[in-house]
Amino acid sequence: MQLAKVIGDIVATRKDDNLSGITLLVLQPIAADGSATGRALVAVDAMGAGVGETVFFVRGKEASFPFHPTEVPTDAGVVGIVDHWDLG
Amino acid sequence: MILARIVGTVVATRKDARLVSNKLLVARPMDPHGKAEGNYLVAVDTVDAGVGETVLIVSGSSARMASGLKDCPVDAAIVGIIDHVEVAAGD
Repeated sequence: MQLAKVIGDIVATRKDDNLSGITLLVLQPIAADGSATGRALVAVDAMGAGVGETVFFVRGKEASFPFHPTEVPTDAGVVGIVDHWDLG
Repeated sequence: MILARIVGTVVATRKDARLVSNKLLVARPMDPHGKAEGNYLVAVDTVDAGVGETVLIVSGSSARMASGLKDCPVDAAIVGIIDHVEVAAGD
């Protein structure tokens, strides 16, 4: 899983039936110091996250697991909202 | 998932039997601000997208979870047509 900042959201009227009712967020992966790293991506939201929050997300088919048994066609999904993180 | 703009179509007479009657499109990935980035890719269209539209592409084994693609040899599927991307100021 990776840390990311939610930087936006997406409106898509026409989409796969199994994506209807699911929030799509734009994520910017971040490094441990909070700086942006890598390409922004779109993820489904299972947690009710919003723009500006720091989250962690999972890549791959596992991103659809929070919606089981619906087979949501996604390869990235927010599975947690980060309150804070500490580096040892 | 990534955002991409559809830039073309692919015609292939000879292909895997499970790809028959699927529409293949050429897509150029882009960032949330609309700037093109990365390599072109071929994706199966499941939402009747067309050239010039901005779409949502799911990659990897998850692409097979798109409507009608169960057990198909694909790693990229178009699962949505984007109306609008809202990005927070400064990001």
